[in-house]
Amino acid sequence: MIINKNFTYLCAVNKSNKMNLPIYLDNNATTPMDPRVLDAMLPYFNQKFGNAASRNHAFGWVAEEAVDYAREQVAKIIGANEKEIIFTSGATEADNLAIKGVFEMYKDKGNHIITTTTEHKAVLDTCKHIEKLGARVTYLPVKADGLIDLKELEAAMTSETILVSIMYGNNEIGVIQPIKEIAAIAHKFGALFMTDATQAVGKIPVDVIADGIDLLAFTAHKIYGPKGVGALYVRRKGPRVKVTAQMDGGGHERGMRSGTLNVPGIVGFGKACEICMQEMESEAKRLSALRDRLQNSLLELEESYVNGNVEHRLPHVANISFKYVEGEGLMMAMKDLAVSSGSACTSASLEPSYVLKSLGLSDDLAHSSIRFGLGRFTTDEEVDYAIEVTKKSVTHLRELSPLWEMFKEGIDLDSIEWAEH
Amino acid sequence: MAYSDKVIDHYTNPRNVGTLDKSSHKVGTGLVGAPECGDVMRLQIQVDDNNMITDAKFKTFGCGSAIASSSLATEWLKGKSIDDAMKIDNMDIVEELALPPVKIHCSVLAEDAIKAAINDFRVKNGMEPIEAAKTHH
Repeated sequence: MIINKNFTYLCAVNKSNKMNLPIYLDNNATTPMDPRVLDAMLPYFNQKFGNAASRNHAFGWVAEEAVDYAREQVAKIIGANEKEIIFTSGATEADNLAIKGVFEMYKDKGNHIITTTTEHKAVLDTCKHIEKLGARVTYLPVKADGLIDLKELEAAMTSETILVSIMYGNNEIGVIQPIKEIAAIAHKFGALFMTDATQAVGKIPVDVIADGIDLLAFTAHKIYGPKGVGALYVRRKGPRVKVTAQMDGGGHERGMRSGTLNVPGIVGFGKACEICMQEMESEAKRLSALRDRLQNSLLELEESYVNGNVEHRLPHVANISFKYVEGEGLMMAMKDLAVSSGSACTSASLEPSYVLKSLGLSDDLAHSSIRFGLGRFTTDEEVDYAIEVTKKSVTHLRELSPLWEMFKEGIDLDSIEWAEH
Repeated sequence: MAYSDKVIDHYTNPRNVGTLDKSSHKVGTGLVGAPECGDVMRLQIQVDDNNMITDAKFKTFGCGSAIASSSLATEWLKGKSIDDAMKIDNMDIVEELALPPVKIHCSVLAEDAIKAAINDFRVKNGMEPIEAAKTHH
C-alpha cells in the first residue's frame, strides 16, 4: 500500500551517516514543529481543554489565560499590541480577511487596490475575487531581481486607492521588498498598507511601527508551530484600521473573526513566536552561512543561476536554476532531498512558476529551478550531502539531456524551430 | 505523487541513452517538444537494409515520466520493422509505466518522437513520410 511504503521510506536511516533520509530542505513549504512547541500545546487537548469563550468556569478561564499569553507573544514578534491580533486558521485566511475586509469597509472611500504579480496565491486569488465584486486591481510587475520599482508604485497610486498589498519576503525566491518605502508611498496617498509576512516573521526583524504597516498576515506552521492557525495584525492607532468580518457567528476576536478559538494551536503559535524571538538572530546568522555555502558550491556547476536579488533576501532561501535539466526530473534524481521546483511538471496546471516568469525568466530556466529552504533543524552534514547529491544529479541528467549536448556542441538553442505538440 | 516502480526503474537505469550519427542514411532522428514546455525528446533509430530497427538511442530533457517514456520507447523499437514501430501507441506506454493522467502527455510526446524518427528515416531514403492522423487522448 502506497502510504505504508512512503512512511517506511521516510524512516530509512542512511547507514554511513546518522542523518535521516530524505533530508528536509523545503522549509518554505512548512516546518517541522519544534518539540518545545508540541510540549506547550499538549495539555490543551484533553486536560486544559476548555473553550476560551466560556466565561463562567475555570475550564474557560484557563483556556482564555493561555490564549491571552499566546496573543502577547504573537503581537510582540511583530512589535504590535495584543489588542491588534486577530487569530485565524492561517495566513491564507488572514490575507482574505485583510483584502476583502478592507475592500468592504472602505468601499465609500475608493475601490482601487495595488499588489504585485509575485504575491502568494492567497493574495492574488482574493484580488481576482474582489475584482468580480467591483474592485479595480493593479498587479505591479517586478524587476528581473524580483524587487518592485518604487517609481512604478507611486505612478500607480490614485485618489481611489484604498490598499497596497505587497508581501514582505517572497516564498519562492526569498526576495525582501523595500517595505518602509512602500508603506510611505501608500500613506502619502491616503491608502492602507498591508503585507503578507508569512515567510519573513520569525526569520528577520519585522516591526509594524518602524515599518509603517497597517495590516499583516502570518502563520504558525512556517515558524516551527502547528498548521491550522495564523493571525492578522490590524492596526489600532495612527490610523485605526477596521475590517469587515468574513466569518460571522458569535463575534469572537472583537467581532472581526467569529469561531471558537483553536486553543492548542494558538498556544503553539505563541510558543513558536517566543522561541523565534529568542533564537532568530543567531539562527539567521547560522542559516545564511549554510545557505551561502550551499549556493556557492552549486554555482560551481556550469550554467547554474540564482533567481532573485541576493542581497535583499531571506537568510534561509536559495532558488537556483540548472540550465538544460528539468526540475521534476532533477527532484526525482535527488530523491533523498525534499525540495521544491518551479517546474510546470510539479504544478497541477502544467504552467511553470508564475513568480519565476515574473522575473522574466525564460520557460526553460523556470522549468529548471529548485528551491532550497533551510531551517532550524538543518545541519551542516545535511547541507554537505545536499551539495553532493545535487551536483551528481545535475551532472547525470545533463548526460541524458539533448539540450545539454546541443549546448556543448555550440548550437544556439534559440535558433531552433521546435516541433509543436 | 509517488512514481510507479517501472518509472523509477527506467529513470534510475535508463536504457539506450546516447547519440547516433544523424547524418547517416541509416539513422532516423526525431526531435520533439520544446524547452518552454519543459519537455524535449530526441529519439534516434538505426535501421538495416531490411527496414528493421537494429538500434535505438534517446536523450530527454523532461520529468521522470518523460525520461521513462522515451527510455521504454527505445526498448520497444529495437527489433521492430519501421512499419510495426509506427503502430506503437501512447496508451501502451501509459499502461506499461502506469502513468497518471497528468503525465499522459509524456507518452504522447514519446509516440510523436518515434513517428518523427521513422519519418526522418523514410524521407532520407526516398519514401513518403506517414502522416499521423489519429487524435491523441
